[in-house]
Amino acid sequence: MSRDASRLGLLLLLAPLLLWLFLLIILPHIGLFVVSVSEKVGVREYEIGFGNYAAFFTEPLYWRTFARTAIMSMLATALTLILGFPIAYYIAKLTKGRTKTTLFLMCMIPFWVSELVRTYGWMILLRETGVFSNFLQYVGLTSGPIEFLYNDAAIMVGLVYTSILFMVVPLVTTLDSLDDSLIEAGYDLGGTSLSVMREIVIPHAMPGIVSGCIVVFMLSLGNYLTPILLGGKDSLWFTGMIYTQFITRFNWELGSAFGFLLLALSSAMVFFGLKLSRQSLSNTMGR
Amino acid sequence: MTEAPDLVCRDLVKDFDRFRAVDHVSFEVPQGSFFSILGPSGCGKTTLLRMVAGFQTPTGGELLIKGNSMIGVPPNKRPVSMVFQHLALFPTMSIGENVGFGLRQRGVGRSEIKTRVEEVLARVGLPGITDRRVDQLSGGQKQRVAIARCMVLEPDVLLLDEPLGALDLKLREHMKIELKALQHEFNTTFVYITHDQSEALVMSDNVAVMNHGRFEQIGTPHDIYHAPATAFVAGFVGEANRFKAKVTGKGGSTLSLEPESGAKITVEGVGSDIAEGQNVEVFLRPEAIELSKTEDSFDDDQNVTAGVVTSVLFNGANSMVTLKDTAFGATLTVALPQTGAFSDLHEGDSVFVGWHPSKARCYLVERSS
Amino acid sequence: MHIKAVSTVAFALSFAVSGAQAETLRLLTWGGYAPEDVIAKFEEETGHTVEVTTSNNEEMIAKLRATNGGGFDLAQPSQDRITSAQEEFGIYKPIDMSRVQSDLFIPSMLEATAGNTTYEGEVYGLPHVWGTSGLVVNTAAAGDVKDYTDLCDASVSGKVSYRLKRPTLIGFAYSMGLDPFSAYSDTDAYQGILDQVEAKLTECKPNVKTYWEGGDEIKNLLRSGEVVASMAWDTGGWQLNADNPDITFVAPESGALGWIDTFALPARGRADDAAYDWINFVMRPDIAAMITNTAGNFTAAVDGDAGVSADLKARYQGSFDQEAIDNIKWYPPVPAGLEALEGATLDRVNAAN
Repeated sequence: MSRDASRLGLLLLLAPLLLWLFLLIILPHIGLFVVSVSEKVGVREYEIGFGNYAAFFTEPLYWRTFARTAIMSMLATALTLILGFPIAYYIAKLTKGRTKTTLFLMCMIPFWVSELVRTYGWMILLRETGVFSNFLQYVGLTSGPIEFLYNDAAIMVGLVYTSILFMVVPLVTTLDSLDDSLIEAGYDLGGTSLSVMREIVIPHAMPGIVSGCIVVFMLSLGNYLTPILLGGKDSLWFTGMIYTQFITRFNWELGSAFGFLLLALSSAMVFFGLKLSRQSLSNTMGR
Repeated sequence: MTEAPDLVCRDLVKDFDRFRAVDHVSFEVPQGSFFSILGPSGCGKTTLLRMVAGFQTPTGGELLIKGNSMIGVPPNKRPVSMVFQHLALFPTMSIGENVGFGLRQRGVGRSEIKTRVEEVLARVGLPGITDRRVDQLSGGQKQRVAIARCMVLEPDVLLLDEPLGALDLKLREHMKIELKALQHEFNTTFVYITHDQSEALVMSDNVAVMNHGRFEQIGTPHDIYHAPATAFVAGFVGEANRFKAKVTGKGGSTLSLEPESGAKITVEGVGSDIAEGQNVEVFLRPEAIELSKTEDSFDDDQNVTAGVVTSVLFNGANSMVTLKDTAFGATLTVALPQTGAFSDLHEGDSVFVGWHPSKARCYLVERSS
Repeated sequence: MHIKAVSTVAFALSFAVSGAQAETLRLLTWGGYAPEDVIAKFEEETGHTVEVTTSNNEEMIAKLRATNGGGFDLAQPSQDRITSAQEEFGIYKPIDMSRVQSDLFIPSMLEATAGNTTYEGEVYGLPHVWGTSGLVVNTAAAGDVKDYTDLCDASVSGKVSYRLKRPTLIGFAYSMGLDPFSAYSDTDAYQGILDQVEAKLTECKPNVKTYWEGGDEIKNLLRSGEVVASMAWDTGGWQLNADNPDITFVAPESGALGWIDTFALPARGRADDAAYDWINFVMRPDIAAMITNTAGNFTAAVDGDAGVSADLKARYQGSFDQEAIDNIKWYPPVPAGLEALEGATLDRVNAAN
């Protein structure tokens, strides 16, 4: 009796979570999947089949964009890590008290405005008649205006800028938990800065690195505005392609298939990332 | 042999923004000895040790290890190793990787590292644990691994920063003996800092007592305990009854004193800096006081007073009695003899106490404080 | 704000008493088609309240498709996009002409739109705002750009922008001497035209600075001088002309592309009364002029241009002489399935290097 009662209590406690999971996550995905396996054969006529998935693999544009998006996202993740790690190390280990809080806040300030505004900010900086170009002409480094916008490098800048906070925060948390005496012990035992970093700091920060990388990779992969606005005429992004299929082509079936493939890709990437770094999801995300 | 001492500090000074942490400290530690720096927290002993390790740069003074100046030498280039307060074993590495870390930094070959790690672990009594993780060890085992990690590098000086602080009492008692034995085994110079006088007294060849950035006294544990050079040392090391008195007469090394209540006592063997009419502070160890139920059992030259027992603190071999001295109103703590003669002592009983004038120590009361 | 809310309630009550039902009109429209002052006047006169969602053709269809024609009471898609969407998704309901004051509409436009939006014998659209797309050119820097294909000229290399959307395909086809609209019904012929346009657009790609996505983006590009010639809407050109007289809308030699945005009733709209009230309200000449002054485009309202500002009229006349007006290519209804062919072409252009 009491066991049943306690189980009922547990179920009631879990009900909001389960409802949320089911209604907002599982149900839409089932719907998406059903749509993705319907093939249009005529006006208001559909039949079940994997033609949409086949279209993805037979049309080079689709899978090339897909691969391009994945590679660019990985590159953005790596760049964010390379840039974010020193920042996080500085905040966590070399500052204290107010300075630390101030620096942390400064990392967050860009996030007080919307992504659209941030991206427009970058457009103002990078465009041909923008701040950078004018500055370079002013100091005499170039004779004519330079276009920084509308290329993959601009996308990269935008992606790194957008996601660096999500790298810095988990890194600061893990590095904060690294006892200073471990670093000192490393030096005391004859370690150089490089070997202390490689053998003591990085292994300790690994869960933070992996969780930061997962978040940044997902954010980059799923980003829509930055690649569309900063990218050039060849800068295709998979989310843009999904949008095109859904909205301008009215092709929900192919769009759903693309959505599912993106889900599969990101899950696979996270899985291999965890395997490679020998971290478990609970270890990295559970912090 | 005129070999230079392993560690020499001369006039070492360390200033921080607002205060001086280490104030003109000088000492030498001969090869193979166990040297302790004892002091309350905040006395500057950790700063001193960190200067020796190289984590902090002295503001002034000289620091020599095996005759070579260490000023400007980074910690990873100094022939010293340090056992940290919380040991600082690397949790991401196995025991073997921990102990082999220093050797790897020196570029020692893989197979040699393996044999040397096994060897040193065997010497600290932990053979065959190289593959274990740090969190699989007990507190005492971690302690020994931390020492092994340093000793495998054969440092000239091993620095220990209160490594026993985190252990429970029983293990701490055990590790004291073990540390001393390890120091013998390796015959390496140990510099040990602690705020626990018992650790310092049990293990050390020499003890330096530190207060407010200065060394109050350097000496053998016996000297420190029985012949404290200053009031601070007398008060900090071991238990002591202390009371203030005025000097009413001086004959040779014998003083006649009058505590605030007006009774008369004599004290022997004091320095020449005390003159008649000055105020002094008297320190008297509990075990120096004899206890008796009758007044006539004391020698004539002893200071004898009567008292009333206020409490009996039974603690096995360390049992104590506190009593109110009826003569000069002070509260005295007296060690209870182990003979069992006073097992029937109760609160409120009247007793007599006596102590030999040579057992007490007198120091001038400092004016300012 | 507060006073307005109170007055709205008061009017709502007075209408309730008089028998008319006050409703909330959820309007899915384009930016500028429902100016604040027009809404205020409408709410004051009728007691209805208006909620505006601005969108574009594709998103309107996508939104209505997602809800099977619900969520909105009145939509304003272009007339050529109604029948195919109705055929595929059934998202609209027919217009009840008896509830429309048809004398407010220019008869020829009403008739043409009715013809283009008839599906299975029912009319689904009423004309509202019309305009064209063509070229917006900085005449000082690129005076030679007279037609779509001139965008591919080496003299404007790197300073050109257009959208990668269907109007570009149509415009280039006309400029290349082809007739895409008459090939609408013949899939093979249309595919042939698309293939030629694809080759041209691929060849032209190095000339393009970027494919623009939003109206603000292309206006910024032109205003800053980074782009000197582009395909865009007439109103964008006229707006820029107000700031910089060198920039204006140019009707291409092969003809501007004419569109008419309509009123259409979503299938599951709940406030039909308010929707018809809105239609009959905004087609009044005075209101139509207010809308033209904010949106920049003229309406299908009789005498709707009477109250339009002189500046706008002047710019319109500067871009369109009678010959250019006669040459406007009005979009016929897009047959279902055509967009798939166009999409594949656009994808290939996008992917070409």
